[in-house]
Amino acid sequence: MRTEISTETLYSDFVKKVEEISEQKLLSCYQCGKCSAGCPMCFAMDLLPNQIIRLAQLGQEDDIARANTIWICASCITCSVRCPRGVDLARVMEALRLIEARKNVDHVEIPDIPKETIAELPQLAMVGGFRKLTA
Amino acid sequence: MERIGVFICHCKLMTPIDTDAVLEAVREKPGVVHVEACEDLCVTPGLERVQEAIKSEGLDGVLVTSCSPVLHEEVFRHAATAAGLEAYRMRLVDIRSHDGIKENTERALEAIDSELEALKASQPPVLRKVPVIKKVLVIGGGIAGIRASLDIADGGYQVILVERTHSVGGHMIQYSETFPTLDCPQCIETPLMTETGQHDNITIYAHSEIEEVSGNIGNFKVKIRRKAAYVDWDKCNGCLMCTEKCPPRVLSEYERYLNLPKRQAHRRAIWVPHAQAVPMRPIIDREHCLHFTKGKCGVCVDTCPNKAIDFEQEDSFVEVEVGAIVVASGFDLMPKSYIKEYDADPDIIEGIEFERILCPAGPTTGKVIRPSDGKEPKEVAFISCCGSRDAEHGVPYCSRVCCMYLVKQALLYKHVCHDGQAYIFYIDIRTTGKNYEEFVQRAVEEDNVLYIRGRASKIFREGDKLMVWGSDTLTGKRIEIACDLVVLGMAMLPSEGAAELAAKLGIATDEYGFMTELHPKLRPLESSVPGIFLAGCCQGPRDIQDTVAQGGAAASKVLALFAQDEVELEEAAVS
Amino acid sequence: MTLSYYPGCTLKTKAKNLEDSAIAAMEALGMELVELPRWNCCGTVYSFAGDEELHQLAPVRNLIRVKETGSDKVATLCSFCYNTLKRADLLVRNNPDKMHTLNTFMEEEIDYEGDVDVVHLLEVLRDDVGWDAIAEKVQKPLEGLKVAPYYGCTLLRPEDIAIDDVERPTIMHDLLKTIGCNVVDFPYATECCGSYQIISNPDFVSQRAWDILSSAVRRKADAIVLTCPLCDANLGQTQKEFIEKRSDFTGIPILYFTQLLALALGLDPEVCRFELNYVDPRPLLESKGLLRQ
Repeated sequence: MRTEISTETLYSDFVKKVEEISEQKLLSCYQCGKCSAGCPMCFAMDLLPNQIIRLAQLGQEDDIARANTIWICASCITCSVRCPRGVDLARVMEALRLIEARKNVDHVEIPDIPKETIAELPQLAMVGGFRKLTA
Repeated sequence: MERIGVFICHCKLMTPIDTDAVLEAVREKPGVVHVEACEDLCVTPGLERVQEAIKSEGLDGVLVTSCSPVLHEEVFRHAATAAGLEAYRMRLVDIRSHDGIKENTERALEAIDSELEALKASQPPVLRKVPVIKKVLVIGGGIAGIRASLDIADGGYQVILVERTHSVGGHMIQYSETFPTLDCPQCIETPLMTETGQHDNITIYAHSEIEEVSGNIGNFKVKIRRKAAYVDWDKCNGCLMCTEKCPPRVLSEYERYLNLPKRQAHRRAIWVPHAQAVPMRPIIDREHCLHFTKGKCGVCVDTCPNKAIDFEQEDSFVEVEVGAIVVASGFDLMPKSYIKEYDADPDIIEGIEFERILCPAGPTTGKVIRPSDGKEPKEVAFISCCGSRDAEHGVPYCSRVCCMYLVKQALLYKHVCHDGQAYIFYIDIRTTGKNYEEFVQRAVEEDNVLYIRGRASKIFREGDKLMVWGSDTLTGKRIEIACDLVVLGMAMLPSEGAAELAAKLGIATDEYGFMTELHPKLRPLESSVPGIFLAGCCQGPRDIQDTVAQGGAAASKVLALFAQDEVELEEAAVS
Repeated sequence: MTLSYYPGCTLKTKAKNLEDSAIAAMEALGMELVELPRWNCCGTVYSFAGDEELHQLAPVRNLIRVKETGSDKVATLCSFCYNTLKRADLLVRNNPDKMHTLNTFMEEEIDYEGDVDVVHLLEVLRDDVGWDAIAEKVQKPLEGLKVAPYYGCTLLRPEDIAIDDVERPTIMHDLLKTIGCNVVDFPYATECCGSYQIISNPDFVSQRAWDILSSAVRRKADAIVLTCPLCDANLGQTQKEFIEKRSDFTGIPILYFTQLLALALGLDPEVCRFELNYVDPRPLLESKGLLRQ
């Protein structure tokens, strides 16, 4: 199966939405991989952050949705700070999450979190986690 | 009464305008007696048409709406004078524009109006003939300056070569071997250095700097500061016995401040950079000399057979008059400390430091050791693009030479440490020169150099090892390498002090401090000041081949200038 | 001297040790932290979306509350609150149209005009009190205590809100040196602990915690000092499992910088609320002779 790349995939609504929400120019990324090299959660990701932004450049929404990357991201912003092209990758990750989340899909099942965990954790973990991972 | 001709030039590349509208408008202007639209005026048939019109209509002024005046003005003025029209009465109007026809036309009409006024008001320039002093000043004694000096000197003219350090040779002489031929630069450059030192037409002022510059092409007045060496170089015979007895051990700027475990890279307070220095004369470093800092010691005084030590020596000045200047002030590397995510560690070194370690004529005689403990590193990581191609934290441009020198260093490292492994972290591999691509493939296939595509995000020490966090973007893996030594390919910057030098010369620099050429494609050797030429890395990053070519090319510009006995300058240019 | 103080949710519950020690320490330094009336949740984590302003309401309303007290500056203790409030403030200062949208929506409130400065307590200590002034008030220098300052993410990233150099911060190093500690550098000082992933992927946070903790241990630190309640939880709660499963790990106490500051200023250790720390630091402090009054 070959992946089609055309003006339709490159300028799709998906790509436009990602750029609108993130306010970043995806093509500025020249795939140097420094983001992936410094990402603290990379070890648990299916696809590396630089691969995610590459897929976004190519308009491959489904591949991004199939990977767990954007949901493992901890929003630590190390990627954005080190990017030599000034691409705020953290915002691109956020945009990709929001596009999914706005379809009313949660990525953490609140009822599944053990009661003891909720009792023990600082509230900010819940507040922050629900903000990032739920619709 | 004015008799002005206006020519609207078209070609396929010209900005689209409503030509008929422009013709009609211009025809009505007072003083305009001839208007026509034509194609391709800048080539002979077009120029002949203009000359025809000048003669048959008795034109006393011509406007040509065109593209770039910088590149075309001379051609048109030459044609004008051949037809009997004075050069200053031929003006080009730049009407290039990127908008729609309506806006372009408006803009063109405005430009034509303003140039018409200027043409009508123009006065003949007051020209002064300035005799050309056939002597050149070359600033910088690296390979660019050496090449330019030799070519001009061989052409029969006097060269004054000013070098800031106390030996010519620049950075090239510091390297181990040069790519792609793996020539030893000490072997290939030293003959040129010696020739420069011995040439009848070349005077070298080493350990000297440019203090003041004034004047103009044909006649520059330059004041050179000869810094105090505290050694009388006329009495000194270069035996270097003084350097053997001098007590202090100091980190050497020539050795890039490498601090090796047995102090192999240290120098004395009285020192020469290396065994092939030209001139072979030491200087005393006041900051570390015991005589200056503590009022004791005088071992060099006692040792010197010619009584050449002179603690009382002061800076002196030389004033010269030259007809042209060649700037060859070279480059420096961005300091490692600019990249804060890489630790400041003795085993994280930059390219030229590693060159000194690899160099058979260097402090370790080519034995590859790492600075912290003197052990042979079994795994070495080379990091490309440190500070380069990084508009956010460094410089946006590519430094051009790092891809090649890092792979060269990897190959040389493997040739010394047969069981070692070299890793090169890269984004792209730029191998545009002759035999460069083949060189890289040889390193990969014969010496198992492993290229990993991804920038390194963090480098830090973990016990005995250095951890490099990178990524392999091609397989999508986060990479961690524990290695013994890390070599950083730091960005190339203009030489320290280049900005001040440019200011003294009155020449333009870009936002990074590189000296600006008059036109990047077609006039790469001329600075913004006539008579001052550029050669080598002071203009932008380049390798030795291109630097040597440019040194020779700058020399040819000087030789062309010196082929004239005088130049004509407009009054304002003469100071 | 008084300073408006925004606590945030966690400081009032799970991080009482941070709050109590901070208030007491600041008082000893001559500064009263006055809790902001009617504060609401800061709305962490800061929303990076460019196409909506809804999530900026919570932080901006807090800044309006600061204005209502007549103050133009508010100090935070929680790193996440700092990050959220500061970024929201910067967003509206740089985007007058967004500021206008928020003000119009919150029509029952006074307008916010970008006129409140958000600072973290470490900045107050460095810039308003000063290391020298703190040094003078130190009664019990914490000599012999080797501490590794851990900054985490939210005080340093993104660059425009960083309280110090993004890659090589020294602000906590300087404070700890001022109070007599032996400060140890370690390569994970600015590496993320895993943050909110603790609720969705606790195993991954566990791995991150191990990397950070073991690095500090390898550098021979006696304790880790930090500022953020979430880092504290992530690095603290996971230790139980490591102590059980790894023979080479016996736990490493984690302290808030304000707890050590209070101790060094000679305050009663009770005020530091050490009993609330995930790994009890008292045996360590006792062994260094630092708990005796």
